[in-house]
Amino acid sequence: MSNENFKPKILVFFFSTDKISDPGIDQAGLRKLHYSPAVYVISLPCSSGIKPRWILHAFKRGFDGVFIAADGHECSFSPKCEEHTNRIIEESQVLMKANNISPKRIRMAAICSVCAEPFANHMDNFTKILAGLGDISLDKNQLQNS
Amino acid sequence: MKERIGVYICHCGGNISDYVDVEELGRMFHKEDGVVVSKDVMFACADSNQKEMVEDIKNFNLDAIVVASCSPKLHLHTFRNVASRGGLNPANYVQVNVREQCSWPHSDNPREATIKAAGLIRAGIKRVSHSQGLDNIELTVKKSALVIGAGVSGMKAAIDLARLGNEVYLVEKDFFVGGHIVQQESLFTTGENSKEIVLKLYKELKSHRNITLFTGATIEKVTGSLGNFHIDIKIRPRYINTKANYDLVVKALNECPVYVEDEFNLGLVKRRAIYKNYPDAMPNIPVADIEVLKSSPETMLKYADILDINQQDELLSFIAGGVLVTTGFDSYMPNSGEYGYKSSPYVLTLPEFNRLTELSGNKLVYKNREIKSVAYIYCVGSRQSKGENRYCSRSCCTSAIFSSLNIKEKYKEIISYHLFRDIRTYGKQETLYEKSSAQGDIYIRFEEKEPPVVEFNGKSNIIKVKDYLSAKMELEIEADMVVLVTGMVSRKESANISEKFKIPIGSDRFFNEIHPKLKPVETVIKGVYIGGCCQGPKNISESVQSSLSAAAKINALLKSGTVSIDPVTAVINEDVCSWCGKCEIVCDYTAIKERDINGKKIAMVNKAICTGCGICAPICPVNAIEIAQYSDLEIESMIDGFIQKIELEVKDESKESKEETEVLKMKEYPQLWKDIIQKIGESKKTIPQLSRELSCKSEIVTYNLMTMNKYGIVTAEGMDEDEAYYYYKVKNR
Repeated sequence: MSNENFKPKILVFFFSTDKISDPGIDQAGLRKLHYSPAVYVISLPCSSGIKPRWILHAFKRGFDGVFIAADGHECSFSPKCEEHTNRIIEESQVLMKANNISPKRIRMAAICSVCAEPFANHMDNFTKILAGLGDISLDKNQLQNS
Repeated sequence: MKERIGVYICHCGGNISDYVDVEELGRMFHKEDGVVVSKDVMFACADSNQKEMVEDIKNFNLDAIVVASCSPKLHLHTFRNVASRGGLNPANYVQVNVREQCSWPHSDNPREATIKAAGLIRAGIKRVSHSQGLDNIELTVKKSALVIGAGVSGMKAAIDLARLGNEVYLVEKDFFVGGHIVQQESLFTTGENSKEIVLKLYKELKSHRNITLFTGATIEKVTGSLGNFHIDIKIRPRYINTKANYDLVVKALNECPVYVEDEFNLGLVKRRAIYKNYPDAMPNIPVADIEVLKSSPETMLKYADILDINQQDELLSFIAGGVLVTTGFDSYMPNSGEYGYKSSPYVLTLPEFNRLTELSGNKLVYKNREIKSVAYIYCVGSRQSKGENRYCSRSCCTSAIFSSLNIKEKYKEIISYHLFRDIRTYGKQETLYEKSSAQGDIYIRFEEKEPPVVEFNGKSNIIKVKDYLSAKMELEIEADMVVLVTGMVSRKESANISEKFKIPIGSDRFFNEIHPKLKPVETVIKGVYIGGCCQGPKNISESVQSSLSAAAKINALLKSGTVSIDPVTAVINEDVCSWCGKCEIVCDYTAIKERDINGKKIAMVNKAICTGCGICAPICPVNAIEIAQYSDLEIESMIDGFIQKIELEVKDESKESKEETEVLKMKEYPQLWKDIIQKIGESKKTIPQLSRELSCKSEIVTYNLMTMNKYGIVTAEGMDEDEAYYYYKVKNR
């Protein structure tokens, strides 16, 4: 149920932002790379510290997607960062399904401190995917109909 | 809950206000619940503005502030200091990034940028309204440093730390100092003798009374944290009687008839069981391989006067305020059969070949054959697109070329072939490549997907390679010796050091710094720094640079005597926690332990060790863990702030008369401004007059009049009869 005029609000959680991912997003701004102004960023020390309840809260408040910018192998806190973050996403998807939210509305990618273009590209792609999924309020109906 | 919040929205010249309507936002947030002051300012970071913010905090009794400006990476500490100067806890300040993450990336859509900025600022206000004042954690710092690894990087760092007046413990696992560099005869690019450099450094080490060197020593246990690391080390015995006649010791060094594999010479030759790595190896105390000697009772008897078989492992403890890890690297060891290694008798790694050339006399001979041609194969164990070592080892290209220049000088007739993927003799090292090319060395480029094949035909090595610089022409090269230019890998012992100090290891298995550019020698473990090749491949200059950089950081830490650390740590809700142990298991830093409070078992966080990563928080099944400044309330209120509908006034000046705009503006003014405007009316008044008429303190009237003057609402005109006060009149009414 796509809608050309639909502008999804994407909440982007940032991880190890002080160190790795957030400087990458700042770089995108510094280079005047444009991405959707509906993207909002919360920076955290590490993606392994995200609570699934925050993700669910974002969806319940009306965000159409959540993007997790992780440090992956380069995480300065833990070599198991990727494993922890994957677990958090899996747990979040279980919560999302239980609340009739499509698990496609959550994404993760590694964003490093020089990943300005990859970040902007990820935002563009995710915005298109979410536009295809439509407003989050549609999820409940779609899941019930499927 | 904070209810007297000050909001400052920065124009940043025009960097923000060219795309975001900061004036509109400044007016809009006047109406926000809990906001007492809301201003747009030209440069939030300017001294004058900082002073104004400090005065606002005091005059309006603010309990929190929000600054919407550039990235927190630039000015977080600037505005935290402003909060402190105003008497606020720095944790009651939130910086909102409306430049790098709003005005710049959305410069193509100013209205959307303004709406987003409004959401970001509202989220900042909501976050700060839930902020808790946090006190930095103050720790005393012992004025002593531990340096692990006495290679050139560790020795140089130890000397500089000692020179700056610090107590230094230098721990080396081998019995002799110097690390890898003494295994090369001379060093690029200057050709200096490596052993002379190490001897010079050793003498300098010993000239400092505040350096204690432990050799043959390993780190056994580490407890404590930043400022007070309690270190236990174990020193292995040398089994040499330190009171023995030194002439007898020297005689044993030269005559001991028991031989073993020589590790220093990488197994190329045998050495005596009473040994030093090389004549000038330091400390100048030999080592006896006592287990090997025991197999020869007559030798034990012969050297009974110099041996001390009763020596045992010695355990020592000390306290270090900061730690520098300079444990270096291991050379990559090719697999059996990799480019003919071990399957051909005439294939060596570059470090082995360097030992061979140093040990050789007038002729370069290996396994009874005089070596007259050498084929170097580059990038062995490095740049493996499908292997574990995807990185470039940085120093091996130059090292191989330098070796080929040296052997050419020593053995004039030798022919050198260089089979390379790319030559990375960066910077000044390029001159060595030029020199090697000029002297006739042959360079053949191959690609990873079509690597050279080394076969041994019973007499010589035959190397088949496709030369990419000659349209992939297949060449066959006959070479007496194949030298595998091997890269660097992390030390085998890295895992042990990592486990002791909790230093994270990256996917390349080297120690992980916090940030490769911005914090290249710091680790997430407060007080633990990394220098040299334990962090990643480097040449000697780069290793020393990084270790000295870390030494400077440690010196600053030790000199302070106390250190204040960020209070962003895990916080346990003691009422909710019922101790399941999951948080303890998941914490890489052993910062969480079980504690018994009045019979109830709960988790306890060691704040000096906790890095605030937050890994423990989502793992808690009862949600009893939060990270300070990242509580559920703060994060979820930010989400609410982003999503809350923004009511922006639509500017359409063609439809509004200037008077109507002024009326609109009047609605936005603080009540005191409206009262001042009403009292002045069509006349003009001084500050004391207004203070009396409004029954308001003169300093508050002064402050507000100054602000109104700044925004062009009032203007000064003439002075009273005593020439003590200006008259103010309302402007543009």
